[in-house]
Formats: sequence, structure tokens, C-alpha cells
Amino acid sequence: MSLDRSDIEKIAHLARMAVDEDRIEGYATDLSNILGLVAQMDDVETGDVTPMAHPLHMAQRLRVDEVSEVDRREAFQAIAPKVENDLYLVPKVIE
Amino acid sequence: MHNKTIAELGAGLRAGEFSSVELTRHFLERIDSLDGGLNCYITVTPDVALQAAEAADQRIGAGDSGPLTGIPIAQKDIFCTQGVKTSCGSRMLDSFISPYDATVVERLNAAGVVMLGKANMDEFAMGSSNETSFYGPVRNPWDRECVPGGSSGGSAALVAARLAVAATGTDTGGSIRQPAALCGITGLKPTYGRVSRYGMIAFASSLDQGGPMTRSAEDAALMLQAMAGFDAKDSTSAEEPLPDFSAGLNDSLQGLRIGLPKEYFGEGLDAGVAVSVEAAIDEYRKMGADVVEISLPNTHLAVPTYYVVAPAECSSNLSRFDGVRYGYRCEDPRDLEDLYKRSRGEGFGEEVKRRIMIGTYALSAGYYDAYYLKAQKIRHLISDDFKSAFEQVDVIMGPSTPSTAFGLGEKADDPVTMYLNDIYTIAANLAGLPGMSVPVGPVEGMPVGLQIIGNYFAEAKLLNVAHRLQQATDWHKLAPEGY
Repeated sequence: MSLDRSDIEKIAHLARMAVDEDRIEGYATDLSNILGLVAQMDDVETGDVTPMAHPLHMAQRLRVDEVSEVDRREAFQAIAPKVENDLYLVPKVIE
Repeated sequence: MHNKTIAELGAGLRAGEFSSVELTRHFLERIDSLDGGLNCYITVTPDVALQAAEAADQRIGAGDSGPLTGIPIAQKDIFCTQGVKTSCGSRMLDSFISPYDATVVERLNAAGVVMLGKANMDEFAMGSSNETSFYGPVRNPWDRECVPGGSSGGSAALVAARLAVAATGTDTGGSIRQPAALCGITGLKPTYGRVSRYGMIAFASSLDQGGPMTRSAEDAALMLQAMAGFDAKDSTSAEEPLPDFSAGLNDSLQGLRIGLPKEYFGEGLDAGVAVSVEAAIDEYRKMGADVVEISLPNTHLAVPTYYVVAPAECSSNLSRFDGVRYGYRCEDPRDLEDLYKRSRGEGFGEEVKRRIMIGTYALSAGYYDAYYLKAQKIRHLISDDFKSAFEQVDVIMGPSTPSTAFGLGEKADDPVTMYLNDIYTIAANLAGLPGMSVPVGPVEGMPVGLQIIGNYFAEAKLLNVAHRLQQATDWHKLAPEGY
């Protein structure tokens, strides 16, 4: 599987991650090489194999529906890049 | 003082030969004079350390101490430490002061350890050489032109250089065992679920597992005792009883069945490493173990499978870094999309970006079945290989790595070559099995690791097997010159 420039641009957009213009070709080569390594999986017949969801095949544990955490809003907002009046700030999304 | 084991230091502390404050100052001075040439620590925390040491001395004075009380250690910078910068080796978290402690940190603190600082690591634990760290590479104390391995490279190098008694590490594809091997120390990756992942910054959640990095199996048992155990805060924490990991260290290995997978001794293994590993296996024969050849036929598929599963889970886990709630935020975003894209583009380094993109691609519409589903099926085959093997043998042994430490920059430009360095360690993560690396005879002055893989929750057996080798040989006592 070989990826080109437009594939990288599309993947980077899906990941909402900017990539430097002058690195796009490099990523295309690197990712194509990694997919080349991964392609070794294609030779394996896995028709009736069940996919492994958990190494120990454990079921998800459930807990009672009770509040167990204390309110730590101040501590959590203190480390946010931008807050105002207890709210996280982002650029305007509604005109 | 810095060459003593945890048990020896604990005895000295309790007998009043020295205080934890004195011990802590000794290590802080060593870090001050020696870490400049190694870069093992991202953050050194002398105030936190001395405060903990004073508290430890009081506990010891009051007769309320355990085996780790007053012992100076380092925490890998992937573990959240309240009030202390937790960077995960990334620019993304360069300004992140954690508002809470990871369960591992909380438990070690409750045991009375003294945290000297936060250990350098590959960015978000993605790397096998510690060269992807935003804070620069760590150098191997055995040869400073060589890498220490990764991702727990800082932890491994600082334990080898005696810049702490022990350290924590995490292992997603070999990140405890590989650097332990390349730096000549003892590292243990427990069974998936044995050690809580709460507060351990997530890379690939179905593979990540924390564990101890020490100078001996005896020390590893003491560290693991404090770190392990069920935690309701981790949804995949195992509800398994916790044995006394030190109780069986000296058990006889007469009749122990050791399996050597023929796939671990084939093409690609350095001849010198093979000789060292075989010499260690001979020691086990002398102890009465039965050594048989086994086969793990899907070994060659472990690396390809891993490079679908791990990036897929990483792309999902790392989507939380968006420049809004914590971490790096770009300057003057035009709109919300620009905020996300530039914060992530500027905050993440090259290797992390590569893995996010591979994962995003593998999980994108139309490719899920061909990549992620296929990989999870092959993962089952790899796991079944081990299941069959453990019907015949008690432990599996082989090399931890295909070669000794490679040169700085040697593999940095070729991701695929770098990935193949974890060829012997990745399968245990895919299967969720516990694995250890213990130092054996060096090759041309550079450390070599023997890997020991056990059945689920058989950490006590692994520690017993490793400890007996360390009773019979002195390889684990070798120290790099100048440290």
C-alpha cells in the first residue's frame, strides 16, 4: 500500500493535526513503509478466528451509579490554557 | 551507599546508620554532578524529595516503616504526580502540572518512597531509543555515544548509573524490557491488569502496563509489591489476589521446564548476544532445569500486528489533546479547527504524528476490517501460540533484544528499522503476559538482556527464576565505569 501527498493531507485532516508542508513527502514515504511492514498480515488466513478484544478475555466491570468523585473544578481549570468565568474558551463557533 | 540494594539500604535506615535525608542528599548530589552527561531526568524535585525523606525518617523513628520507606526512586514522566510537572516527554505537556497522583505514585508514596524526580522518556512512550523525547535524548551510561533504549530510557539509564535506587517504567511493546537490557538492569513488565493504569498517560490501552526497573530481582519484588493490586479507578484492573512477591525468591528450580522458542534464536540475532543468552541458560541447566526447544510460529507477525493495534489505540487516546482543557495551545487561532490543528501540529513531535496518522488511517472508513480487525484476529493466534507453549513449559526464555545498544542517531531516520528492535518483546504485550529482562554476560563491554516470559499472573515465578540466576552469577552487579 503506497500513500501519496493527498492521502497524507486527508489523514492529517481526519486527525485534526497540522503537518508541515515540507514534511508531507517524508510522511508519505514513512507511512508507506510502515504499511509495507503491516502488509505481512495479509498472508495469514484468519477466516474463522475471533478477534481478541482483551488479553484476558475479561468482561467490563460495572459500578453502582453513585457520585464517587469530589468537585475539583478549580484545580482542573487552573491548568487550562484559557478560561473565563469558569468556562473553557475556544474561538467563536457561531456567528 | 549508591551501590546498595533496597533491602540493604532499608536495614541501614532502620539501624540508624544513616538517615533518609542523608541518603536523599547523596543521590541529589550524584544527579547534580552526573546527570548533565546523561539527561536521565526531565525534572529533579529536591524539595519534594527532602520533604518525603524527613517524613520517612520520622516514620522509621516511630517504628512505622516498610521495606521502601525512605528509599529514593525516580518516576517515569508518564505517571501523573500531583503538583509536579508531568510532561510525558512531549512539548504538548511541557506546562502540565498534574492535579492528581497516578495510583502507582499514590501507592509508592504511601509505602514511603522518596521521589527524586521525573525520568526522561520517548514522547508519549513512542520509541525504542529515547530519541523522540522533546527534552533531548538520554545517553547510555555504558557508552554515551549509544542509546539507552526506550521508551523508559531515562528510568533504565538512571538506575544503571546509580542516580536513584530504582525507578518506575511502562511497557507497551517492550519499553521496560528493552531499555533494561540495553542498560544492564532488571526490568519487569507485569501481566496486563496487574498494575493500575490510572494516572499513567495512555498510549495503547489494551497493551500498556507499568512495572519496576531495578538493579536486582529482589528489589523488583519489593517495588512490585507496592505498585501492584486491584484498583477500582482502572476499568481493566485485574481482580486477582496479590501474592507475596519476595516469599518464593529462593525456591529451587530443580525440574523447572524452560522453553526456548526457535524463532527467537534465528536470523537477525547478533551472534554475541546469542552466546551470552545461551551461557545464562546453561546456568539454569546447572540448577536442574529442563531446557526444551519450543515453537511460537506466529512470532514474525507480532511487529506488523502491533503497528496496527498500537497506533490505532494511540490515535484514539491522543485525540484528547486539543488545546482546550490542558496542555499546549497554539497562538491566535483563527477558528476552532485551526485551534485543534495547530495545537496538535505544534505540540506533537514527528514519531507521535506518524503513529497518529497510521492509526487514523487504519481506523478510517473502509479500512477497519483490513487493518484493525485483521490485527486483532492475528493477535489471537499469537496469544494461542503462548497458550500451547505453556502447556509444555513453565517459563519461556530468549534474548530481550536482537543486539546490544546501537549508536545515537543510527536508526532515528528509519522508523521500520527502529520498530524491529522490539521483535522479541512485543508478543508478550499482545498476549498480555508478564515478561522480564535480566542482565547477562556483556558483549564487548555492552550489556545484554535475557528475557523470561511467564504465564498470566506468574510474576512471582519470574522473580524467583531471575533471582536464582542473580544468586549464581554477578552479571547484575556490574556497573558502568565512572558511575
